[in-house]
Amino acid sequence: MNREPAHLLTVKDLAVEYWTRRGIVRAVEDISFSLDKGETLGVVGESGSGKSTLGLSLIHLVPYPGRIIRGTILLEGQNILKFGNKETRDLRGRRISYVFQDPMTSLNPVERIKNHFIELIRTHEPKVTASEAITRTRKLFKDVGIQPERIDDYPHQLSGGMRQRVMIALALALNPSIVIADEPTTALDVIVQAKILDLLKTLQDTYGMALMLITHDLSIVLERSDKIMVMYAGRIVEQALSMTLYAQAQHPYSQGLLKSIPNIELAEQKLTAIGGAPPDLRNPPTGCPFWPRCPYIMEICKIKDPPLFQTSKDHFAKCYLYGGEKSS
Amino acid sequence: MNESEIIRVEHLKKYFPAEKGFLEKLLTRTRNYVKAVDDVSFSILKGEVFTLAGESGCGKSTTGKLIVRLIPPTSGKVYFDDTDITALQKEKLRITRRRLQIIFQDPYASLNPRMKIGQSVGHPLEIHGMAKGTEKRKKVLEILERVGLSPPEQFMELYPHQLSGGQRQRIAMARSLILKPEFMVADEPVSMIDVSLRTTIIDLMLDLRKELELTYLFITHDLAIAKYISDRVAVMYLGKIVEIGSKQEIFTNPTHPYTQALLSAIPVPNPERKRKTLELKGEVSSAINIPPGCRFNPRCPYTTDKCKKTEPELIETTKGHFVACCQAEA
Repeated sequence: MNREPAHLLTVKDLAVEYWTRRGIVRAVEDISFSLDKGETLGVVGESGSGKSTLGLSLIHLVPYPGRIIRGTILLEGQNILKFGNKETRDLRGRRISYVFQDPMTSLNPVERIKNHFIELIRTHEPKVTASEAITRTRKLFKDVGIQPERIDDYPHQLSGGMRQRVMIALALALNPSIVIADEPTTALDVIVQAKILDLLKTLQDTYGMALMLITHDLSIVLERSDKIMVMYAGRIVEQALSMTLYAQAQHPYSQGLLKSIPNIELAEQKLTAIGGAPPDLRNPPTGCPFWPRCPYIMEICKIKDPPLFQTSKDHFAKCYLYGGEKSS
Repeated sequence: MNESEIIRVEHLKKYFPAEKGFLEKLLTRTRNYVKAVDDVSFSILKGEVFTLAGESGCGKSTTGKLIVRLIPPTSGKVYFDDTDITALQKEKLRITRRRLQIIFQDPYASLNPRMKIGQSVGHPLEIHGMAKGTEKRKKVLEILERVGLSPPEQFMELYPHQLSGGQRQRIAMARSLILKPEFMVADEPVSMIDVSLRTTIIDLMLDLRKELELTYLFITHDLAIAKYISDRVAVMYLGKIVEIGSKQEIFTNPTHPYTQALLSAIPVPNPERKRKTLELKGEVSSAINIPPGCRFNPRCPYTTDKCKKTEPELIETTKGHFVACCQAEA
């Protein structure tokens, strides 16, 4: 049946909708990709592009009124969407863990840091005693670069950067095979940001987990990931190795993004913006969602939404410039 | 004042009293202060984009607010066109304020949600008694068109919640520009706007500068954007300017270790680049207990004994490039 080499994670034809009172928002659609052990996948997109919804659906945690209406998410061959409560619980944190954007609000302000760890470890491994959990926490703190004594602190006693280190330690506590980091450094200053991203890399080398790095910052994913998915209006518009995307981005949106971000190493740079604004997903344009902003628009773009065309071995672009019926 | 200077800041300080617990207040007499801005001097030339850059908490926004006198300074002077605006009162201050404007980071919080766009943008004209009725309407339409919101008739009737972040930031600009200011503080104007739209806002700012002969004080934590927009850049750390110079000097010849660390931490959109980060020890010190000597010394990789004792002044290393570091040489 499945003759492709088995990936750690395989997502096929995933679609998530939010059923709001003002209409159905098709937040994520036609998502297919795979992730391998030790790999870093960068997911980049603007606010509302569906990147966080995608991340959350991988741990089956899409918030109400969202629902996964289609697709399969195979983790080591098992479809997580078919999991019952117990298996889902086991999935979250133990097999796939999540680092959220805001370290200020993700920790319980009235619990000592160590209690977060004890609770997490003992929920998943009831046989572990509290003192064993503390020993493990101290080791994790060393790994993420915080003095082990700080496990007795309350969250408010730590700085933003340290709290994000704690979040990363929590994410690693059960030794998951995938860590999803959703804008892990957006709330942090640039020096701290560089340190946290370096830390994630070091830990990945040590523990061998796969990392999914979700961010709005194309510079970060270009610098830090092996392959990149560019998302727009809930769809993957381009998927490529970082090097390839940097050197020869194919989708007009990716090309536009590359031209609109400043690069501090270039002497003189002319930035050009992408005109227009992202569409309202309650009421998306017909055809390709990018056509109102696209410089290469053709007739067919307004009528039919293009599929993801494979342009070379690891390179996919969702654009009629690269295949399909061209307009006459 | 130099001919071409529009703003001159001299030894500007802003200390905010730090709150203490009730018992502490009874038991101790000394008061603690958050030294948000601690003796800052610089000048801004007519027509340039001058950038204040630094991490959160370095005092860059406070400096911006002091310059348009949204808050009074603890000490120091701000000269605008030869007038010391820190001494201005009431009516005179109101008249001067027309010429000094500020736009803020968060376009979701800076517009009154109950006022239609037309009312918001026209409001400053009423306050300053510059136009009423049809004349006001004409000016509002004109400025909305100018900041790229067309058709303006339609935008006038909308409420802020009906607009995107980028559009709201344009409204905020229109509301400031309608008074025809000469100087504008832009406090992180694009940091809450989507990447693909940032450039449009920045380019609009640059276009308007030429057209309306504006001078900008641009405040940002993002040095990549600073490099794109600025003529001169000042880097702040814990309430003080540590380095100031032309864009070329700051980015090709950064001299202060803090500037070097900041620059090396910026992500570069290039997978081939080998990152070499200059490691800093620890985290930013508290602005209440500023370390003695050079305030950067606990984190600096090059600290010597001298750094722990003497506070370095800004010295000119090359023409127009000033650095506050004990190890810099004139």
